[in-house]
Amino acid sequence: MARMKFICDTERCIECNSCATACKNEHEVPWGVNRRRVVTINDGVIGQEKSVSVACMHCSDAPCMAVCPVDCFYRTDEGVVLHNKDACIGCGYCSYACPFGAPQFPSNGTFGLRGKMDKCTFCAGGPEENGSPEEFEKYGRNRLSEGKLPACAEMCSTKALLGGDGDVVADIFRTRVITRGKGSEVWGWGTAYGNKPQQDSVNQEMAK
Amino acid sequence: MMRAAVVMAALLLAACGEVDQAKQGAGVERGDQAAYTGAHGTIPAKGWQAGNRGAWEKQIRSRGQLQNEYNRIAR
Repeated sequence: MARMKFICDTERCIECNSCATACKNEHEVPWGVNRRRVVTINDGVIGQEKSVSVACMHCSDAPCMAVCPVDCFYRTDEGVVLHNKDACIGCGYCSYACPFGAPQFPSNGTFGLRGKMDKCTFCAGGPEENGSPEEFEKYGRNRLSEGKLPACAEMCSTKALLGGDGDVVADIFRTRVITRGKGSEVWGWGTAYGNKPQQDSVNQEMAK
Repeated sequence: MMRAAVVMAALLLAACGEVDQAKQGAGVERGDQAAYTGAHGTIPAKGWQAGNRGAWEKQIRSRGQLQNEYNRIAR
């Protein structure tokens, strides 16, 4: 069974923000809400400054789910962490719990006044009929049900951001690391999913 | 008295357990349709049939490989 994951390859990210733009456009995300954004790590440190695209990582053991007082989160069969905006009370606990700063709180639009949380859905919509106008209004487009992958990953100009079945994206990343001989660090992977992608096999290959 | 204290403690600790947050948790139907069932009114990607879970997973894996530029260049 597919298990959806994101990887951002910091060796490749050029901070073009096409991922954030694609996300905004695909889901018509309101002004002031950023489901995905590009951040700079080690800012100003010569040789160590990197850019990384960050959104909800759909963690294996999601802290947002654990702290939600109204139990509005759920995990799909593909491992995508989604939430029910009809149940959300906008308390913000998830925002404090999330290590990636993913939960957003719109101040305008459909859910602005009631303070519903909004976040990346891995382009998988939410608890409404797939592809329906209601689903689009609340959660954005459901690309997974169209047989497509998240718009941010598919639009990434350098393919720094990989999204899809965890085995597939980890294998693509592993091949890259072996080919270039460096940059095996995956920002956020350990926090979100536990172990790094096939780290031992990468290290063994690079040692040869 | 002792029995009442045990019952009270059990009631107070009842909320401390883990909640099943799977899509269809214990007694909970969260009302989300599986992705492989397709979406109405949209233009799906070619190469798979809505409702066929195996075909959908194959489609997602093969589409994921489009992110692998090593497949597109001579090595």
